Amino acid sequence: MTTEKIPMLVARNVHKSFGENQILKGISLEVRKGEVMCLLGPSGSGKSTFLRCINHLEPITRGRIYVDGTLVGGRVRKGRIYEQTETENCRMRREIGMVFQQFNLFPHMTVLQNIIEGPVTVKRENRARAVDRAVRLLDQVGLRRWESSYPDQLSGGQQQRVAIARALAMKPKLMLFDEPTSALDPELVGDVLAVMKDLARTGMTMIVVTHELGFARGVAHKVALMDDGVMVETGTPEKVFDAPENQRTRSFLSNVDK
Amino acid sequence: MKDGEFDFSKTHETDDKVIPLRHYGRWVSGALVILLLLIIVRAFARGQIDWPVVAQFFMAPALIKGLGNTILITFLSMVMGIVLGIVFAVMRLSGNPVTRMFAGFYIWVFRGTPIYLQLLIWFNLALVFPVINLGIWEGRMVDVMTPFFAALLGLGINEGAYMTEIVRGGILSVNKGQLDAASSLGMTRLTAMRRIVLPQAMRVIIPPMGNEFIGLLKTSSMASAIAYAELLHRAQLIYFVNTKVMELLIVATAWYLIVVTLLSIAQTFIEDFFSRGRESGTPSFIWNFIGLLAPWRKTGRRAS
Repeated sequence: MTTEKIPMLVARNVHKSFGENQILKGISLEVRKGEVMCLLGPSGSGKSTFLRCINHLEPITRGRIYVDGTLVGGRVRKGRIYEQTETENCRMRREIGMVFQQFNLFPHMTVLQNIIEGPVTVKRENRARAVDRAVRLLDQVGLRRWESSYPDQLSGGQQQRVAIARALAMKPKLMLFDEPTSALDPELVGDVLAVMKDLARTGMTMIVVTHELGFARGVAHKVALMDDGVMVETGTPEKVFDAPENQRTRSFLSNVDK
Repeated sequence: MKDGEFDFSKTHETDDKVIPLRHYGRWVSGALVILLLLIIVRAFARGQIDWPVVAQFFMAPALIKGLGNTILITFLSMVMGIVLGIVFAVMRLSGNPVTRMFAGFYIWVFRGTPIYLQLLIWFNLALVFPVINLGIWEGRMVDVMTPFFAALLGLGINEGAYMTEIVRGGILSVNKGQLDAASSLGMTRLTAMRRIVLPQAMRVIIPPMGNEFIGLLKTSSMASAIAYAELLHRAQLIYFVNTKVMELLIVATAWYLIVVTLLSIAQTFIEDFFSRGRESGTPSFIWNFIGLLAPWRKTGRRAS
């Protein structure tokens, strides 16, 4: 099998519980390279938790997740899965970019320092080269002139675009977006979505947890709907939005449309 | 039209000047305070204080040496306290219940007993352990546990217990999302602690740490109880001989106030450094106090 054929993400029967509380009850999902997948569903359905499992910010309790053919958070020996060390998890996370609902920029660093922090501190890249690329990324998200500002001086939309640039600076092969526009004022959502649309056009593989149905319909190749820790329906946006098979999908869509 | 009424039928603009309220109460209370101060100053001026002696001993080498010792023991104890504080704070927050409980025990013991008592125990340790044997080296405890060393251990370890809680509070004040973001870039926990969490925690740690430093400077006078030659101990030695008790205590008071003032100014600069990227809070007391002398210092500044 050539590497092109290996899906970027394969999740098989993923379970996750916090104590007695079952959050994920057997999630299976596949995302191919270059695909944009939007995860929809009511709040509390486990979308964000599933996203955090993909880069092992949350360890899963059962099942397997593969990113680009590599098992996440463990290794198989004699048919059993053993948890792997923190160092190995860190190495794996370098290749997966993540954007958070609350941006989580480092407030004590300037915009530029935020972006080069990963490449310089984690990958030990040459500083000048990292700065060069950071400046190009800032151009790409339209924030070139803010490079020496601190995050608190930026609007939410600007902060989120910096956060996207920060994740891209690590040259990830997969980008995870955890409700990237949910904390934004409505008039700022468009700028962030535009940056994400551009990114999708460059062929980046993206998994996006979102409530922006317009974005899902216009940009996503595939849409998946989660409810109560279960994957309810998966398919192209046309199929899921216009001809949903499942009753829960229909009730979710009609609730959101109100 | 009667006084206090307004003719709403007319639409023309009014141009009335509003006369400020007179705060007579403030004038009265201000005058009372000034009067009180005058009475106190007059009492001291007429009291039986030999002011020339105060002036004479202000720069006395014996006292300056004592001041040096005070600053030295304060500084070294604080360094020891900070190192212990960081180590025990990390232990207290670790996933290992044994280290967590050990750190809790440390805080419980050293915060729960008077510093005076702790100093006496360290100084008299020779009564329990007459000989120390470190394997490669063996010596008599009385030779090792000098007043200086006993004061350092007593003050430093005690300070560490307080610093542990301060550092722990600082670490907990950092948003959990910061650790998520650091991890998602592939940072190890240690790197994330060093590059992301501690620098942000410093903003919360520095103000109480400054208070601790100033507190420690004053607490170090307790070391006079175990004959450590710090400022107050030196002052006492002198007045035991020349009987000028009040005069020497006034000199010591002046020196403590001078050093505390300098420390407060240094604290402001350090706080400014660690709050970069954040709107500055209210300017501290010392800058309010000398604000007129420092017009170049903007208060509502944004970091540049």
